[in-house]
Amino acid sequence: MNADRVIEIRSLNKSFGDFQVLTNVDLNVSLGERIVICGPSGSGKSTLIRCVNGLEQYDSGGITVDGISLSAPGGVDRVRAEVGMVFQQFNLFPHLTVIENLTLGPMKARGLSRKDADALAMEYLERVKIPEQAQKRPRDLSGGQQQRVAIARSLCMAPKIMLFDEPTSALDPEMISEVLDVMVELARDGMTMLVVTHEMGFARKVADRMVFMDGGEIVETGTPAEVFEAPKTQRFKSFLDKILQH
Amino acid sequence: MKRFFKIWMLLGACLFLAACSGDGTWGWYVIDPSTAQGQTNIRFLVGGFWATIQLSLIATALSMTIGLLVALPGMSSNRWIRLPSRVYIEFVRAIPLLPMLFWVFYGLPVVMRSLGFPITIDAFWGAIITLAISDSAFTAEIYRSGIQSIPKGQTEAARTVGLTYSQTMRYVVLPQAIRRILPPLANQFIYIVKMSAFASVIGMQELTRRANELVVTEYRPLEIYSLLILEYLVLVLIISFFVRWLERKMGADESR
Repeated sequence: MNADRVIEIRSLNKSFGDFQVLTNVDLNVSLGERIVICGPSGSGKSTLIRCVNGLEQYDSGGITVDGISLSAPGGVDRVRAEVGMVFQQFNLFPHLTVIENLTLGPMKARGLSRKDADALAMEYLERVKIPEQAQKRPRDLSGGQQQRVAIARSLCMAPKIMLFDEPTSALDPEMISEVLDVMVELARDGMTMLVVTHEMGFARKVADRMVFMDGGEIVETGTPAEVFEAPKTQRFKSFLDKILQH
Repeated sequence: MKRFFKIWMLLGACLFLAACSGDGTWGWYVIDPSTAQGQTNIRFLVGGFWATIQLSLIATALSMTIGLLVALPGMSSNRWIRLPSRVYIEFVRAIPLLPMLFWVFYGLPVVMRSLGFPITIDAFWGAIITLAISDSAFTAEIYRSGIQSIPKGQTEAARTVGLTYSQTMRYVVLPQAIRRILPPLANQFIYIVKMSAFASVIGMQELTRRANELVVTEYRPLEIYSLLILEYLVLVLIISFFVRWLERKMGADESR
């Protein structure tokens, strides 16, 4: 096994009832690698990354994250300690202030004191450029700000890997770039990232590898340069044509 | 105007009853506050308030605790964990209060004795246990609907920042669900206050029992039971006023 391989997904299968969402998916991710997963809706891309931190269970196959098998006893909890996640709908805690959203995990799961957790939280709020919003409630922030808070909340747990599940799909167009900027910076710092997105500009800029999924299968992978110039499969080609024509 | 409606109704009822007292065939003298006998009787009747309130408060507190303990496993994704909770709710909901009260008061001590735990259950605790268990099936359902109204993404986000299941419940889900749970729970408290009247049949000295006892000595059921109803009315109106206030406060909080 490759020493710096942090995620290993082996012949993963999953179905919701009769509907096969994932079919024999294999994917290996190296430390520091940035992977962008794209594909039409219902292609299983969200389900795939939700399997990585155990939010979805799979039927067969296996996932190993940083040497920890998800199916091992307590594996899911140990993997979640290494993996951060950002959701399409932000999923901030509405009853807590921004800074409380960030400190909840460090204080309750890591046992940090309020003082240390606050310091940590402010550090990451600076990093996503909204330290002045610390005392506000999530609902008083714009969508872009909320998503940046959500990214900061994940980073507070010092994850090795970050999963992004369509992080800009619920945002108004003018707010997409502020979120993508934060993600680009994160990539520059060497974070291992799995990003489900249709933002092809972002993919071109930061992705080491593109993964195209359709019908629950990985249809094609390649560097952005390869796939944007000459997609090998007709399915990927027509998908790109559709989303790039605007 | 609408908020005073109940008060006007109450006042009207009082006036009606007072007007009747002049009639020779009616015997309002039994609860006439201007006579010594009337005062003694009223004091005796009103003396049941404290027991009714105590009974209702303790039973509600117990019911809320049992309800939560039943509701949480009832939402598990594992059907074997879910099953006992569903069975409990269906079972308890199907038993009428009065038979359950008899069973707890007369039957439970026998069961416990044969299991090697000789306990005595007095009327007070017999009534509390019955009210609490009977009501817990409903509070469990209130908790369930409240908790399930919180989007799944909240739980997922909490789990991904490392919280355990119980931490997720305590710090993320319940604080949000409580706004939707509290008003119906408070309504359930009103229900318990009314149902506590059943405790009279096993000899608990609460409002209804006292009224019954006075009726037996005075032979004035209309007058005494009228006052009894008035007593419950006052109690429930006070609580529902509090519930309304709570709902407003919660609602205001939500829209903030």
